[in-house]
Formats: sequence, C-alpha cells, structure tokens
Amino acid sequence: MCIGFPGKIISIDNDNYAIIDISGTRREVCLDIIDEEASIGDYVITHAGYAIHKIDTITAQDKLKCLQEIIDNEIY
Amino acid sequence: MKFIDEYRDPEIVVGLLKQITSASVRIARPVTIMEICGSHTYAIGRFGIRKLLPDNIHLISGPGCPVCVTSARDVDLALYLASLPNVIFATFGDMLRVPGTGGNSLQKKRAEGCDVRVVSSADECIGVALSHPQKEIVMMGVGFETTAPTIAAVINSCRKKDIRNFSVFSVHKIVPPAISALLADPLLNIDGFLCPGHVSTMIGAAAYQMIPDARRAAVITGFEPVDILEGVLMLLQQIENKNMSVAIQYSRGVRPEGNTRAMTLLQSVFETADAQWRGLGTIPESGLALRDEFAAYDTLKKFSLPDIHTGDIPGCGCGDILRGIKLPHDCPLFRKVCTPANPVGPCMVSSEGTCSTYYKYD
Ligand code: SF4
Repeated sequence: MCIGFPGKIISIDNDNYAIIDISGTRREVCLDIIDEEASIGDYVITHAGYAIHKIDTITAQDKLKCLQEIIDNEIY
Repeated sequence: MKFIDEYRDPEIVVGLLKQITSASVRIARPVTIMEICGSHTYAIGRFGIRKLLPDNIHLISGPGCPVCVTSARDVDLALYLASLPNVIFATFGDMLRVPGTGGNSLQKKRAEGCDVRVVSSADECIGVALSHPQKEIVMMGVGFETTAPTIAAVINSCRKKDIRNFSVFSVHKIVPPAISALLADPLLNIDGFLCPGHVSTMIGAAAYQMIPDARRAAVITGFEPVDILEGVLMLLQQIENKNMSVAIQYSRGVRPEGNTRAMTLLQSVFETADAQWRGLGTIPESGLALRDEFAAYDTLKKFSLPDIHTGDIPGCGCGDILRGIKLPHDCPLFRKVCTPANPVGPCMVSSEGTCSTYYKYD
C-alpha cells in the first residue's frame, strides 16, 4: 500500500497541484507535503495523490554508475 | 522510463547476485532476512527474487501490509459505518474485499446498496463532501507513515475550508513499534531487516536505531530488482562484518532525516495511541489517533459506535504469517479453499498480502 511512483513534473497550477508524467501516464498530484520545493522538469516520487519526495537525479545516476563499475571490474 | 528500467538492468542484477553468493559462502550459515513492507513482498514475488538467492539466505515477510494488519474489530467497525444511512464511506481500494466477522466486506455492503466509494487519494473526499452537503463523508484512514500525512493534509484542508461533513476513521499504524515487537518475539530469529522504502521517505533512518541496537542489520531498500538485491547484499555485508547500522540503499527516495515537512504535519494532526494489529495483538503507541483539536474530524468521536462482537476468521492463519513464524503453505486452506478469487483472510485479499504473492509467484 505504500507504493510510490517516480514521475516528471509537466506543469504546476496556482493551487499547488502538479501534472506529472509517470512512464507515459499523466496524473495530478498535490505538492503540499513534498520534502523540497520542486519545479517543472523535476522528478518526484508520488504516493496516494501526493508528491512525497524530490529525487536527487545526480545522486541516483552516481549510484548506478558505481554499481556498473563494480560489475565491469568484477569486484566480487 | 526514468528511475524504473535502469533498476531492472539484467547485467547489474547478475553482478549483484554474484556478490551475494560470495558473501553467503563466506558467512557459511543460514541467514534470515525479513522484509517489513508489503510492496517489498510483492516485488520479491513478482521478480522471483527468493528463488535467485543462495540456499542459506531466507527471505521472510513481516507485518507490512496495512490492510492485512487491520484488526478484525476495525474491519467490523468499517462495515458498521458503511451501512449507516446518511454516510458516504470512502476507502482505498485495497480495503474493499477484506472480510469481517461472518464474511461480510465493504464490497458486499456496496452490492447491498451502501454508498461505498473507492478513492485513489484522500484528497478526492473534499470534492465529495462539497457536492453532498447533506451527507457525512467517512474516510477510512488506513496505512503507515507514508499515507497518514496525506490524510493529515486533507483534514487540514477541510478545516481551512470549513468543511464539516467529513471525518476520518483512523486505523493508521506506525512501523517502528511493530519492529520492536518483532525483535522481542522469542519465536523469531531475524538476522536483518529490509526496511520499507517509502515509510522511510517520511520517517528517515534514525527511527530504526533499535535494530542495530539489538545487533541486527538494517537497510532501507527500494522496490526494483536492483534495489532489493543491493539491499540484501548490504545486509549480508553488515552481518559478515558484524558492524550493524541503519544503511540507506534507496538513496534516490530517502533522505537520512526523512520528510520533516510531512512528519510535522502528521504530528500536528495525529498523536500516537495503542493499536491492535492482526497477528501481533495490541502494541503500545503504534497507532495514530486524531488530536483533540481535530475531534470534529474524528469519526470515532462524531458517531456513537455500538459494542461489536468480533470473531477471528475460522481456520485462517494470517496472524502467524504476519509475524513471520508461518508460511502460507503451512495454512491448510492455502490454494485449496483460499484463493485470490475466493479469499478467506486478508493476506489473500490484498495484492501485497503474503498469501496472495505466494499464490501468484511461488
Ligand atoms: S491462505 Fe487464506 S486462510 Fe490461509 S492464512 Fe492465508 S489468507 Fe488466511
């Protein structure tokens, strides 16, 4: 039930609701309880109609790069 | 697909499995890992992760499906409220088919003509309340710390907009006291916990400190195959090196301090109270009740509720499954009588329930 989806903010209206794109599906979410201000183009995690977290895209990419390096160098 | 496909990369999955295998050989004893979150249970089943792991690494499921841990009494109270003539009863879809005493459910109530509405966000209740001023809207507040702040936000909005025909029947629960109860259970011997990703988005890492304090490993983990395998690997590293801590694998979704804005809102509307969990009994301070200032939005204070005689579901072993001491296969009804199409207990109803995921994937 705590399922959350990552999506990209497409637009934000004056009532603090955003349209986000989750893998091609558009949904409206409220930005009232997100942990950090988010703007158009940012990725957020959404849950039950609310954005709950702004994804730090650089950290996320670094982590994948790091996993890939371990695999490329066969550090098992 | 940003932040989904990259975490299903087969090459990374294979690399992580090799690392897990090496660690499991070095540890050279059985290791039991519990996932506490229902979304983990579902993902582990769906991606077949249990079968990929070395033989000495066991994944067991815990009490992480909020629908499954809702007590029989709370289900019966929901059924009573839904049948009141002036009530529109709003709920998340997961709750619809959960059986109460005697096999009744919200779905059956709806078929009988009760006004039961499924919402995907509690926010939808505001529109329903405004368009039905003569009716009382009751929202069943079910879920852990991930969901409770969204309900708090709606209560706050209703107060600001002076909407008075809305209340919340809160059966919300919080995760850390349940973990403490599991750590104290002499029948359970868990080496490490995959801590729930999105609960942790809200509560942060420090809330799990009792796990390393009890010399068990803890890793806050995401929901894709790469996340879960890396979470398992990080647990094995803690166990191997005997340096227990609360580590964060799901760093794209969780800040160490959590979502302080959402938690402040949650704490302004709710306070902790004792709560009854299916399978775990009453756990002190593990539920969320509305604060007195919000009594006007508290279903339990707004309606006078009768004494309800609640009974357990005959033959259903959900209680022991939620504590991690039995597996679905141990239940004589599993697959024979109890199936997702014809569920006997809540663990078969919810898609995140342990019985349902074992039925579909194991
Ligand atoms: S298989 Fe059905 S009856 Fe048995 S424990 Fe699971 S939900 Fe309950």
